[in-house]
Amino acid sequence: MLTWIWLGLVVGSVVVGAFTGRLDEVTKAAFDMAGTAVTIAISLIGVMSLWLGLMRVAEKAGLIQLLARALKPVFRRLFPEIPDGHPALGSILLNVSASWLGLGNAATPLGLKAMEQLQELNPLKDTASNSQVTFLAINTASITLIPATIIALRAGAGSANPTEIVGTTLVASGCATVTAVLASRLLQRFFPARRAGEVNDA
Amino acid sequence: MLDALRPAIDTFSYAMVPFLFVAIPVLAVARKVRLYEEFVEGAKGGFETALRIIPYLVAILVAIGMFRASGALDLLAGLLAPLTERIGLPAEILPVALMRPLSGSGSLGLVTELIQVHGPDSLIGRIASTIYGSTETTFYVLAVYFGSVGIRRTRHAVVAGLLADCVGILTAVWICRAMFL
Repeated sequence: MLTWIWLGLVVGSVVVGAFTGRLDEVTKAAFDMAGTAVTIAISLIGVMSLWLGLMRVAEKAGLIQLLARALKPVFRRLFPEIPDGHPALGSILLNVSASWLGLGNAATPLGLKAMEQLQELNPLKDTASNSQVTFLAINTASITLIPATIIALRAGAGSANPTEIVGTTLVASGCATVTAVLASRLLQRFFPARRAGEVNDA
Repeated sequence: MLDALRPAIDTFSYAMVPFLFVAIPVLAVARKVRLYEEFVEGAKGGFETALRIIPYLVAILVAIGMFRASGALDLLAGLLAPLTERIGLPAEILPVALMRPLSGSGSLGLVTELIQVHGPDSLIGRIASTIYGSTETTFYVLAVYFGSVGIRRTRHAVVAGLLADCVGILTAVWICRAMFL
């Protein structure tokens, strides 16, 4: 996919540049931007280090577990198919808490574990269960408490207030997450796990 | 409704980072975490993260930089403007919205370029920042999580994920216009 987008951009630029007589500017932009990319990446190092340091402390202090405990009552209702006491809900809570806190490295293994445990409960192994779709949807819309990369990028570009987008990001990601949950729950009966005509022997 | 919400959102943006700078270290020390050592250990990752994104940034910034310099981006934005103006989305941001579900590094490159060209504190810079922060790379998450357990029939997962992306993007445009205009 990215191959075609990239090809389209580069070839499109040269063709349009030839027509508009700006080929020299196109060439110059390519070299300028290659240098700019490195400058930007270097400018991210400080803020990223600061944030990753603080986040490691948060992880060691058990912040993931604290948030998971707070979210448990809500999440039990979102996954009615998971039996009481099954470990899948615990893994889901830890994954979601880690990703909401911005701990991507901790979140992914926890999420894969949760998906594996949901698969144990799934009667049709090649087809996603309702819980698996809801869990995935929550992950694709992930609430973001602190958008660290963007803050670093804005700080590097000389923003007067790099964190002013923290609130707007939380509102947008919150609405996206609510939509993800609602869509996964409301649409599930229009996408049955078994095709029409198949015998339901469950 | 927004009039009541605006100070809350503003306060949140203003106070969240300082709050975490107090709450996390205090919690850590209370729980006997070796605060300083763990901080330094975590901070080592910053260098690595920045180096890791360089090749992706070069690829996207070069391509989009050429596209802009040739005049093709203005052409495209001009064509798309009547469509995107109806929802208040500046045409420049549409590529970010389209790229976001497909590629994390690709959309980060596009946002980086918009911030460089228009400035981080422009409306375009703010909307682009909010969009990047508020949605995930839907197709990547889908491939990794469902792929790991061998699920091929994904049912309504793609629809739900993309619907969430659309709502996230539209909310980002709306809330930024409401907060920053």
